[in-house]
Amino acid sequence: MLIGLALTVAGVVAGLALTPPDYLQGETVRILYIHVPSAWLGMAGWLGIAAASISQLVWRHPLAAVAGRAIAPAGATFAAICLVTGSIWGRPTWGTWWEWDGRLTSMLVLFFLYLGYIALASAERERGGEGQIAAIYGLVGAINLPIIHYSVLWWRTLHQGESIGITGSSIDRSILWPLPLTMIGFTCLFGAATLMRMRAELAEAKVEARMRRMGRE
Amino acid sequence: MNPWPFVVAAYGVAIALTVALLLWTFMSMRRAEAAVDALKRQ
Repeated sequence: MLIGLALTVAGVVAGLALTPPDYLQGETVRILYIHVPSAWLGMAGWLGIAAASISQLVWRHPLAAVAGRAIAPAGATFAAICLVTGSIWGRPTWGTWWEWDGRLTSMLVLFFLYLGYIALASAERERGGEGQIAAIYGLVGAINLPIIHYSVLWWRTLHQGESIGITGSSIDRSILWPLPLTMIGFTCLFGAATLMRMRAELAEAKVEARMRRMGRE
Repeated sequence: MNPWPFVVAAYGVAIALTVALLLWTFMSMRRAEAAVDALKRQ
């Protein structure tokens, strides 16, 4: 968590103070350093839930349901950050807070999927279930990930196309360089939040098991 | 249009939500582990 905090602070300070404004967007381009990592983590979180769901349904790994439930709040938070920062960025850039554009709408759907997953997984846990319904929901919800990714190609509306890819980026290096810092930093913070939730879930399960044993004695 | 209020608002929301997430996960972990310790002592 400390490494994540250090990298995030370094990236944010660099993004706010050390990079030049964009020739077209001006100072608002600085929102990039928090918007892009939150979009990545919102999607990566659901990828994690899908992987945990497969692990639970196929191999019945005992920690898979715990991992899925632990990832969901962090994923929902970063999806919300992505939506809010994107909306704030959109106002001075596009002249609107919101547009029912393919990328924006599919990201909003992802946020609602997270809320549904959290509600379903906690309801299933309270009823003593093994979390299989939530796992199936987690897998089905993963259909939205390629929709989010390719939305800027399928529906060319308001959101810009892909500017950062595996092979390179169309963004100038003088603006791009703090982005890896915030990407890695926020990812470490996401990991720390997930691990802390897993520890909490495991401790809660221990307490519940102990209380049940004490009730039987 | 002055861009800085938008930049500050975006960073404010991102930092506030991230700090809230980390605090909530940390506090819930501490609370749950304290409950385990309390049960062990009984």
